[in-house]
Amino acid sequence: MAKLRTRNHKVVLSRSAGGDVGISIFLIVFGLFMFIPMYYVVIQSLKPMDELWTYPPKFYVVKPTLSNFSDMFKAMSNSWVPFSRYIFNTILISVAGTFGNLFCGSLAAYVVSKIKFPGRTLLFRLVRLSLMFHPTVASVVNYITMSRLGWVDTYLAIIIPAWGSTLGMFLMKQFMEQGISDAVLESARLDGSSELRTYWTIAMPMVKPAWLTLIVYSFKDLWNMGSSTYIMSEQLKTFNYAVQQIVSGGVARAGVGCAATVVMMLVPIAVFVFSQSQIVETMSTSGMKD
Amino acid sequence: MSDNSKTPVKAVRRPVSRKDMTKLQWTWKEIKRNYHAYIMALPYFLIFFTFTVGPVILSIYYSFTVFNLIEDAKFVFIENYLRLLFDDDIFLTAIQNTLIFAVITGPVSYLLSLITAWFINELPPKVRAVVTLIFYAPSISGGVYLIWKVAFDGDSYGYVNYLLLRYGIETSPIQFFQNEKYVMPLCIVVALWTSLGTAFLAFIGGLQTIDKSQYEAGAVDGVRNRWQEFWYITLPNMKQQLLFGAVMAITQSFGFGDIVTALAGFPSVNYCAWTIVHHLQDYGGQRYEVGYASAIATILFVIMIGCNLLVNKVLSKVGQ
Repeated sequence: MAKLRTRNHKVVLSRSAGGDVGISIFLIVFGLFMFIPMYYVVIQSLKPMDELWTYPPKFYVVKPTLSNFSDMFKAMSNSWVPFSRYIFNTILISVAGTFGNLFCGSLAAYVVSKIKFPGRTLLFRLVRLSLMFHPTVASVVNYITMSRLGWVDTYLAIIIPAWGSTLGMFLMKQFMEQGISDAVLESARLDGSSELRTYWTIAMPMVKPAWLTLIVYSFKDLWNMGSSTYIMSEQLKTFNYAVQQIVSGGVARAGVGCAATVVMMLVPIAVFVFSQSQIVETMSTSGMKD
Repeated sequence: MSDNSKTPVKAVRRPVSRKDMTKLQWTWKEIKRNYHAYIMALPYFLIFFTFTVGPVILSIYYSFTVFNLIEDAKFVFIENYLRLLFDDDIFLTAIQNTLIFAVITGPVSYLLSLITAWFINELPPKVRAVVTLIFYAPSISGGVYLIWKVAFDGDSYGYVNYLLLRYGIETSPIQFFQNEKYVMPLCIVVALWTSLGTAFLAFIGGLQTIDKSQYEAGAVDGVRNRWQEFWYITLPNMKQQLLFGAVMAITQSFGFGDIVTALAGFPSVNYCAWTIVHHLQDYGGQRYEVGYASAIATILFVIMIGCNLLVNKVLSKVGQ
């Protein structure tokens, strides 16, 4: 019989020392590969002009400065749109898209997982199938739809389709399937609670991790939205679009480009840090079954 | 206020008995009984059908037509497909590159996600949270992959070129993103760097739900090391996440077009990293040849769904 010992207060199998070393080396090497580029962006964003021009490029900063971050607002001076407008656009579409997706998606997830009505399996299978192809496939026809609706070059073209995005809804449905007992809902219905009321006062408070997961997924997709085929007006373009314009400006704007990239990435990372354990909890119920 | 006494007792909706009815009648009864469910699901599914399901079906229809948005669509049967397969060399390059991209990034990203999630699962919770963030961050950080473009910059300020020159491996800076030899491999590396996403989190979630007593029982029953434990206990217990992760990894592996465009340009040098997604953007978004673009979209759709269904079928057989 194998020898048992404890690790993190849990009984685990005896682990060979060789395996421990191998795994540690893998994690460190792969971790550095993942981490160094992120670290380098942050370091570059803090370098003053003279350090940015040092040759060879350095992996540390001697006199950190925040001037790159303030210069960010001047970097797009050749565009007549103020820099803050790009940030405003991104915040607007992220918030409006995410809340709409939360509202529509959670209603649909509740109905599909907890009410036995004809067609629920078919609807859910379509949602599941939609995870299997990239949304680009729909882009050709969507452009026609958008122009027929008169949504080309408006916020609606970005915000409304986000309300129907699938991954968050899919995860929420799977989480509800296991996280809410039918008995609780049934007793609420017997007490005369309407479905809408049952959904809002009983089901939703029980699936907070799934809320957060949907919010994070929806938000990060919208926040990272770059240029879109539906948007031509400069004043409607997003922060990520502006960042890419700055970064492609070359060495002269290296520091500012990195500062903008840091702002860009800090927001989704912060959102993820606050919700990590809840997302992992939601993911534990993910699966491809009906 | 006065008719308080007359408040009707709310009727409880009971499932209708299925006897004495044809299937159609019963279904209709059930639809009427659950009408509120349809109303609640309507907003989501209206948008879902308008912008996801409908476009795919319409694309398949348009792929058999010539349509330029101004005149009516003209039915041409499979002419678009014939033109794609026999008359469009760039499309054949695109298919080839797409498959190379998918066959490498899909499985590699899947295995990296699984192995990393498994390795960090035994770390203490706080450390695990930090390590998870390090591995996951590149996939949620938007355009941060552009830093790779800076690192591999063509002039000697690019970090990689500096190292190559410094140690005498090369005598002049390499134009990495202008050289056909390097573009594809570099794009694949960067794509992999951003690829520890949803599948990775699903594996972490799956690993944490496995009942610890199973490992103890396994140890008693003669599981000798961690590799056996992983194979005989861990994997069978997280099958649902393995399937879900596979779908995420496969779909992702076809969607790296934006990274390629950002790094190598649109089009890349001699179309050396041109993928089906790029071909679609070119014809659909820039040339407005809707019929032709729809044929490209349909082929992409069939390839992605095909890969997903095939892999899911194979994976669901494992361990049975």
